[in-house]
Amino acid sequence: MADPRIVIVGAGPAGIRAAGALVAAGLRPILLDEGQRDGGQIYRRQPEGFTRTPEQLYGTEAARAVALHESFERLKPQIAYHPRHLVWNVADGVVHTISEGKPGQFAYDALIIAAGATDRLLPVKGWQHAGVYSLGGAQIALKAQACAIGRRVVFLGTGPLLQLVALQYHKAGAGVVALLDTSPFRRQVMALPKLAARPGMLVKGLRLVGGLMASGMAIHRGVTPVEIHGEAEAGVTGVSVRLASGRIRRFDCDAVGLGYHLRPEAQLADLARCAFTFDPKTRQYWPEIDAEGRSSVPGVYLAGDGVRTQGADGAEISGALAACAVLADLGRAVPEAERAALRARARIMERFREGIAEAYPWPAHLAADLPDEAILCRCEGITVGEVREAATGKGADEVNRAKALTRVGMGRCQGRYCGHAGAEIVAAASGVPLEAVGRLRGQAPVKPLAISAGESQP
Amino acid sequence: MTEPQRSDVLIIGGGIMGASAAFFLRQRGKSVTLIERGLIGQQASGTNFGNVRRQGRYLPQLPLANRSRAIWGRLNEMLGEDAEFLPSGHLRLAYSEEMAGRIEQYGRDARPYGLELQMLSGNVLRDRFPFLGPEIRAGSYSPLDGHANPRLAAPAFGRAAKRAGAVIVERTEVLSVEQEGGSFRALTADGRVFRAEQMLITAGAWGSRLSQQFGEPAPLVVHGPQMAVTEPVPYALEPVLGIATTIPEEIIYLRQVKRGNIVFGGGIRGPASAETLRAYVKPENTLGQLAQITRIVPALRRLNVIRVWSGIESYLPDDIPIMGPSARVSGLHYAFGFCGHGFQLGPGVGDVMAELIATGQTSTPIEPFTIARFASKATNQTGGHE
Ligand SMILES: Cc1cc2nc3c(=O)[nH]c(=O)nc-3n(C[C@H](O)[C@H](O)[C@H](O)COP(=O)(O)OP(=O)(O)OC[C@H]3O[C@@H](n4cnc5c(N)ncnc54)[C@H](O)[C@@H]3O)c2cc1C
Ligand SMILES: Cc1cc2nc3c(=O)[nH]c(=O)nc-3n(C[C@H](O)[C@H](O)[C@H](O)COP(=O)(O)OP(=O)(O)OC[C@H]3O[C@@H](n4cnc5c(N)ncnc54)[C@H](O)[C@@H]3O)c2cc1C
Repeated sequence: MADPRIVIVGAGPAGIRAAGALVAAGLRPILLDEGQRDGGQIYRRQPEGFTRTPEQLYGTEAARAVALHESFERLKPQIAYHPRHLVWNVADGVVHTISEGKPGQFAYDALIIAAGATDRLLPVKGWQHAGVYSLGGAQIALKAQACAIGRRVVFLGTGPLLQLVALQYHKAGAGVVALLDTSPFRRQVMALPKLAARPGMLVKGLRLVGGLMASGMAIHRGVTPVEIHGEAEAGVTGVSVRLASGRIRRFDCDAVGLGYHLRPEAQLADLARCAFTFDPKTRQYWPEIDAEGRSSVPGVYLAGDGVRTQGADGAEISGALAACAVLADLGRAVPEAERAALRARARIMERFREGIAEAYPWPAHLAADLPDEAILCRCEGITVGEVREAATGKGADEVNRAKALTRVGMGRCQGRYCGHAGAEIVAAASGVPLEAVGRLRGQAPVKPLAISAGESQP
Repeated sequence: MTEPQRSDVLIIGGGIMGASAAFFLRQRGKSVTLIERGLIGQQASGTNFGNVRRQGRYLPQLPLANRSRAIWGRLNEMLGEDAEFLPSGHLRLAYSEEMAGRIEQYGRDARPYGLELQMLSGNVLRDRFPFLGPEIRAGSYSPLDGHANPRLAAPAFGRAAKRAGAVIVERTEVLSVEQEGGSFRALTADGRVFRAEQMLITAGAWGSRLSQQFGEPAPLVVHGPQMAVTEPVPYALEPVLGIATTIPEEIIYLRQVKRGNIVFGGGIRGPASAETLRAYVKPENTLGQLAQITRIVPALRRLNVIRVWSGIESYLPDDIPIMGPSARVSGLHYAFGFCGHGFQLGPGVGDVMAELIATGQTSTPIEPFTIARFASKATNQTGGHE
């Protein structure tokens, strides 16, 4: 029997560990990643020529980053690794790529999608001003390019990444004016039992908070964002929030890092026709998976932050587990002891993930309360009021209908950044539960596809 | 059990055909109930390319298309909503001498139907439309055709019909239909019963499921035309452009919306399912379109596609719709199976069907579209694409 064709999308921790487990079983998977280099999001490598040390780049995670990079170097000769390959579509057992402007195809018997996460965003009045970045964007600027998004930066939102990036900026010498977190401190205290599932991580988290306190930046928790101030030319000039005390306070700044934890980048799973299910805790639809990452579609496996936001360690485990599932389903020998250990650790990761989600909840009410004049969809310039009007005046009580009538989510980002907030607004305005307003269906291409790609076909 | 709901006319299927028929029936004073399985205009009527094009159509369909075009022109004032109809002109293009000859012949044949087309070639064509690629030899320009926004048109008709007093019942599927003691009866999936003196079936790709309950099945097949849209760029392409060709892979049509995005479609159709209510775009079809679109407008090679989609459209073997009274049951009417070019016709079909239902006749010839043609032997006639 010919060796099965196994395609992995994403060379982050999940994809690399999946590839490693398959190589250990004597297979040679194909690994595709749109990036220049492996490492994925957290262990993103600096471009060739940059010479910062792992400690400077990855901080407390330096050892893990180096371990992953090294094991990837050993793996490279044993896999078919294709960097700079963007997967723009998947259909009928074939993954479609674009590389250096040229289309390509990879047929598979098994597909592991490990595409990672992107920032979960919530609009705030004025977020369209120049100088507002997602936390991810802010962090990438620092990691890959060694530059900061501004000289006086406010970090606004919630989630572990908010704290982490604020501290990374502070340590890099960029001026951090304030860390403004929408989650009240008591939510973090209440989540402690679940967070204690990973004592080591909990300690790291506490150290992080300690580092922030010692930094001297203003820290406010339980805030309600009011507005990002700005001018057409100068861009961002400040941020106003209502503090937990009820007082409105303005922080002058020239850039804002914004983010509300992460959302799985599940578009490829959608195109592969995987079933989605509503998660009431994080208030979003995400792909259905079993304990080893099998999707509802035979032969399609999902791993890493692209399916559940468990963080880097969880991504490594789920990648290795997905590989076990592939091996088992192909009738290959599975390292059973390891598989059992992985499953036990995966349960711990899942408990911790829930803890984080509870400690830094998605502030749904903030979306529902946004003023009419706030921009919801930045790509298309659609306001909150326009979407409310479609919901109440034109019966658009479902997100795809709201999209059809207002263009919300029809721009370049395909609703990645406004979709969750848009759903909250539609649900609140039409008085139906969030689950019932549905989700924006994924549409190819996953990222914009150059028309010139049509020129280099066979 | 509650009393069945009653009206003069019961319409089943709320695409552009059903929604516009509901609107025009209210104009004629009939009480109307429209039942739609999902939301108004959610299927083919909301997912199509948006071409409001007459040239290239099956000639005997032109009177209907002309009537529809006249309504498009006053749609906004009639409905009180903007469906973004732009009479931007439509340019039908040919790569070969042979096709140039054919579109020129079409221009001569269409004139008696009141459709005036201008044949352009060489420098005249290029001076007027400098963005065209070097392979284009000739074009037929239809100054009064154009395009509109399919996401808005059918829902606008539905809301206008509702404001005019029609009962619009969404998210309700009709399972069975029958005639009982001179009136019609429809039973819905949630167990409700609707009664009416007359019935109009405008159920698109699902029309035959209902017509066959009256002994009149229609040989519908479904396909998904393949659509895509680019990021917005400054508005520069006025007319809708389309290639006239006999090679399916070469078919491509495009339009630029005022917002700036360029919408295009064509090529090999993709898979669609009337059962799962899904239509897919095949990745290789998208790539095929990219190779074709730059033949018409080479400058498009600098743009990016940001989204693709498809929709469920039904086709009949002769590529023309079913429209008119039932051949078996009096009081029963059909308008479905629009073979990829029903969006332009939509307002006209609603108007004609309302006239037919209210008065028993219509001033617009629709005989070629009778369902009776499938009771005997099918004819073979080809309409346009898009
Ligand atoms: C902006 C950002 C910053 C983060 N920072 C931290 C942090 O500092 N600490 C932390 O613990 N966690 C962080 N996380 C969470 C982090 O993503 C995960 O913990 C970890 O990287 C997840 O690993 P993964 O393999 O699932 O995905 P990733 O590491 O994100 O890897 C996914 C890979 O898939 C590739 N890919 C995605 N889509 C396609 C496609 N269509 N075609 C081809 N390739 C594709 C990407 O290029 C990427 O290399 C961050 C997440 C984000 C989004
Ligand atoms: C991708 C695509 C591109 C196209 N491009 C163009 C174009 O550019 N120009 C053009 O003129 N035409 C175009 N067409 C064709 C045009 O869209 C259709 O011919 C037209 O919209 C048909 O309208 P309809 O009302 O008959 O069908 P539909 O819009 O499909 O409406 C039928 C409705 O009936 C409902 N229904 C069915 N069964 C039941 C039931 N049992 N109970 C209740 N409700 C029911 C359905 O839910 C549906 O909403 C295109 C079509 C597609 C799919």
